[in-house]
Amino acid sequence: MVTVVRPTGDSIATLHRARTAVPSALAACRALLRRDFVLAWRRRGELFLPLLYAVIVTALFPFALGPDPELLARIAGGTLLVIVVLAMLPALESMFRADLEDGTLEQWLLAPQPLALLALTRVIAHWLTTVLPLIVVMPLLGALLNLPLKVLPVLIVALLLATPLLALLGSVLSALAAGARRSGILLALMLLPLAVPVVIFAAGAIAAAQADMPFSAPLAWLAAALILAIVLAPLACAAALRIAVES
Amino acid sequence: MAHWFAMGGYAMYVWPAYAVFFIVLAWDWFAPALRRRRLTRELRGKLARERTRDTRAPRAEVST
Amino acid sequence: MSRSYLPHWIHWLGSPPNFYRFAGALRPWLMAVALISAVIGLYGGLVLAPPDYQQGDAYRIIFIHVPSAWMGLFIYATMAVAGLVALVWRVKLAEVIAMECAPIGAAFTLVTLVTGSLWGKPMWGTWWTWDARLTSELVLLFLYLGVIGLYNAFEDHRRGARAASLLALIGIVNLPIVHYSVQWWNTLHQGSTVNFLDPARSSIAPTMLWPLLVMALATHLYFFASLLGRVRTGLLSLESGKQWVRALVGGQPTPTTGAPT
Repeated sequence: MVTVVRPTGDSIATLHRARTAVPSALAACRALLRRDFVLAWRRRGELFLPLLYAVIVTALFPFALGPDPELLARIAGGTLLVIVVLAMLPALESMFRADLEDGTLEQWLLAPQPLALLALTRVIAHWLTTVLPLIVVMPLLGALLNLPLKVLPVLIVALLLATPLLALLGSVLSALAAGARRSGILLALMLLPLAVPVVIFAAGAIAAAQADMPFSAPLAWLAAALILAIVLAPLACAAALRIAVES
Repeated sequence: MAHWFAMGGYAMYVWPAYAVFFIVLAWDWFAPALRRRRLTRELRGKLARERTRDTRAPRAEVST
Repeated sequence: MSRSYLPHWIHWLGSPPNFYRFAGALRPWLMAVALISAVIGLYGGLVLAPPDYQQGDAYRIIFIHVPSAWMGLFIYATMAVAGLVALVWRVKLAEVIAMECAPIGAAFTLVTLVTGSLWGKPMWGTWWTWDARLTSELVLLFLYLGVIGLYNAFEDHRRGARAASLLALIGIVNLPIVHYSVQWWNTLHQGSTVNFLDPARSSIAPTMLWPLLVMALATHLYFFASLLGRVRTGLLSLESGKQWVRALVGGQPTPTTGAPT
């Protein structure tokens, strides 16, 4: 490549150097993903805790309600949905806390990459490490509650749409609560109003599938909400992180 | 008057509703007043402590 | 700060000592008018208004239930606007106003839920039903509690106020979504649809309407009176190290050209 030195060429060259010195946004996201996966792998014992929680709660339901297969089949879809939402809660709280304590978040704020993009990457890593395993074991949990086989695919698709949505909404709340002293039950309190529509539409799809009715409309609503949340939630999350870090 | 209190047989729903309304709003009105009294007492105590410290040891600032 | 497009009195009022004195002067008048209109409204509602031809005297709960429901939404909107100002311009006074709105709004929402329950029992035969309005009202209460809880979970009140303001803004987007999703959900589960709250039957007689409107006026005035009192206390607490508070509390002479109390 031949560079012609012109008065403006100098500034372009510095600009070019500056751009090569800073990793691109995509590279930063990839590095962040890798870091989160490595950290998750080093504490892989903790990844099983939500799973264990979900299995225990699922196993308790037949004991509380009686082993009648028809009753279990009727409530299985909604019950599993609520169990997944509850199993997501404890992990949501720690989405940004460690990063706030060790100063990583301040680096995020100073980084040339957009903060919202980094937050979105964190949500993706969080969802893949803590929520996806829950969805993977859904067939097993469904079998425990005698979930009809025709409902299982709808349940899984509904969860694949609803849980990222909840993780995105939860990331904003987690960022808001990161700077607070305590946030255990507080996060549940804040998430409940946001989770109501998500649960309604996911449960609507499951109920429709169970009744042999068309179930694509609520799933489409969930998908639309997910796309909207992918765009908007990271921006809100970035604003919340700025509040949490600056004093 | 007794007829009015009976509220056409709905007295056990109407009057508790009004009671809740006034009790909750009374709480809303008096809770900040209590908070305010506690706050002013604390502030006054702090100021009094500062003043006695200043009069007893006017050069205390040097040691700090 | 180039905020010259705002009138001068807003700047004057935005300063905590000025607002403190302004609120202290205004508050008794607001509360007095609120009490007078409440007495008039309650007399009109409980004594003058005739019994309803369908509901008998049970409908008289409307004179506190509906104004409280309006206040729940009105206060949330006030809180969200103050929260937006607090987030964008970082006005300390707006932070205090937004955060002091929340307990009053929660109180009115709680009153709405309880009185609605007491009204629903004789009319519908049930204390609670998962209708869109009732569910939205419950979600509104949780939004208020979330804002209060988040604010109190922070040691730094200013940071807590900004975080809770952002939560309030998220909530105002969420509330209509909850309302419409519950409506959709109710049509799905046809069994629990409630049409007792049919808005078509909203043709209310003038003898019942004017006490309702007077009560609405009373609750609005009460809200402003209560808010001003709470904001005064909040400002004292937030500015406790400042000269004007020390002068106010301790009766100390002010060396600067500060606020004469």
